[in-house]
Amino acid sequence: MLVVARLRLRRLFVYNALIYTVKKEWRWLTAVNSQRKVLLILTTPLLEVKDLFCERDERVLFEGLNFSLNPGEIIQVEGPNGSGKTTLLRILSGLSQAFEGDILFNNRPISDNRDEFLAALLYFGHLPGVKATLTPEENLNWYCALHPHTRTEGITTALSNVGLFGYEDVPCHSLSAGQNRRVSLARLYLSDAPLWILDEPFTAIDKRGVARKEALIAKHAEQGGSVILTTHHELAIHDNLRKVSLGQPVEAI
Amino acid sequence: MASEDSQDMSLTRVFWITLRRDLMLAYRRRNDLVSPLMFFLMVATLFPLGVSPEPQFLSQAAAGIVWVAALLATLLSMDSLFRSDFDDGSLEQMLLSPQPLALLVFAKICAHWMISGLPLTLMAPLLGVMLFLPEQGMSAMVISLLLGTPTLSLIGAIGAGLTVGLRKGGVLISLLVLPLYIPILIFGTGTVQAASAGLPVGGYLAILGAILALGVVLAPIAVAAGLRISVSD
Repeated sequence: MLVVARLRLRRLFVYNALIYTVKKEWRWLTAVNSQRKVLLILTTPLLEVKDLFCERDERVLFEGLNFSLNPGEIIQVEGPNGSGKTTLLRILSGLSQAFEGDILFNNRPISDNRDEFLAALLYFGHLPGVKATLTPEENLNWYCALHPHTRTEGITTALSNVGLFGYEDVPCHSLSAGQNRRVSLARLYLSDAPLWILDEPFTAIDKRGVARKEALIAKHAEQGGSVILTTHHELAIHDNLRKVSLGQPVEAI
Repeated sequence: MASEDSQDMSLTRVFWITLRRDLMLAYRRRNDLVSPLMFFLMVATLFPLGVSPEPQFLSQAAAGIVWVAALLATLLSMDSLFRSDFDDGSLEQMLLSPQPLALLVFAKICAHWMISGLPLTLMAPLLGVMLFLPEQGMSAMVISLLLGTPTLSLIGAIGAGLTVGLRKGGVLISLLVLPLYIPILIFGTGTVQAASAGLPVGGYLAILGAILALGVVLAPIAVAAGLRISVSD
């Protein structure tokens, strides 16, 4: 009788102690989490690259690459031809999976919040993504349907902003190479996406066009957007501009 | 709730816009559309010349000839499904869209069927007459093609998605896709032969319909995965 009672008492004590510790741990955890959340909001980089490694055709393009992109910043990726600039941008945009390391968007891996990442991304690649048999307006219409955070009603304005006023109904195959790139660049005026990844945006664009695009990029950064771009052209932007060099040992930036 | 509604709206919208875009692209390059149809017609015209013009023989072989020709014509047009999008970078934009890739792919496959499978189906009765297909087999042939050709497009798209990154994907598509086409060919010709002999065709059509249902649900997902692999390297 006595033994049973003592056993029960002991069990009760053990349970209580267990519940107490769990509660304490929980409280501690929640406190830490809420603190962390506050910190996150204050200092979270939009995009963070940790220890990125990429190899192509048995040649290491970059290893141990670390950098972070904060809201309002512009990063220019530099390097000689074949140093992996386009590969890096394709990896960052999620097109290519041939890498090791972590890419965090809003402090979470991209694979975990892919939808959120894609909604926030504007990618301008080597290929303009313009259909030759469609007119500029039709091309942009389709692009706007693909991306919910774009303004379909702004297409005419965007086209006149890139100097294609009057070309709305001309099939893209009768436009020049530079004009085709401009059709694709008109997306920059249409999109509300905070993160721009631009691969050689100034190729085949004339001087005045380049100046206007640079002003647009600077304005985007001023408004809290972030840009990663590659170009061989000397940028006239100096505020909030950082450079990441490929093709040589890269230190933490 | 409101946001869910608007999301549904945007999904339907992106489906229709992609479908319309692909149809418009096809319409502006009409010459490319004609070649699978010409192939279809050529096979049916040349076959009697090469083998035998006997009505007795042709009426027996008609179902097989029409179905094989339809299958090969679809296969011919398959390589171009994602090729131009891959070449001009539209495919990258599709992959980087927050909209579900499988939906975009499904819209493209629908458009592809409308410009390849549907005209083939509409032309089939003409070929049936040319090949002395018995009258009672005619409607069965059209219905079986109507159920079978979308499946051909859906399965072919898986091959096209997987091979679009390669320089010469054409041959590989045939190798990948032909084994998967065989059940459809068997049940398609089976339908027409059964109908010509006056037998019930319900079972054949049910199986074709079941394969189509399976394809509609699963193929777009497989194509989307294939495209991600193709673009990734």
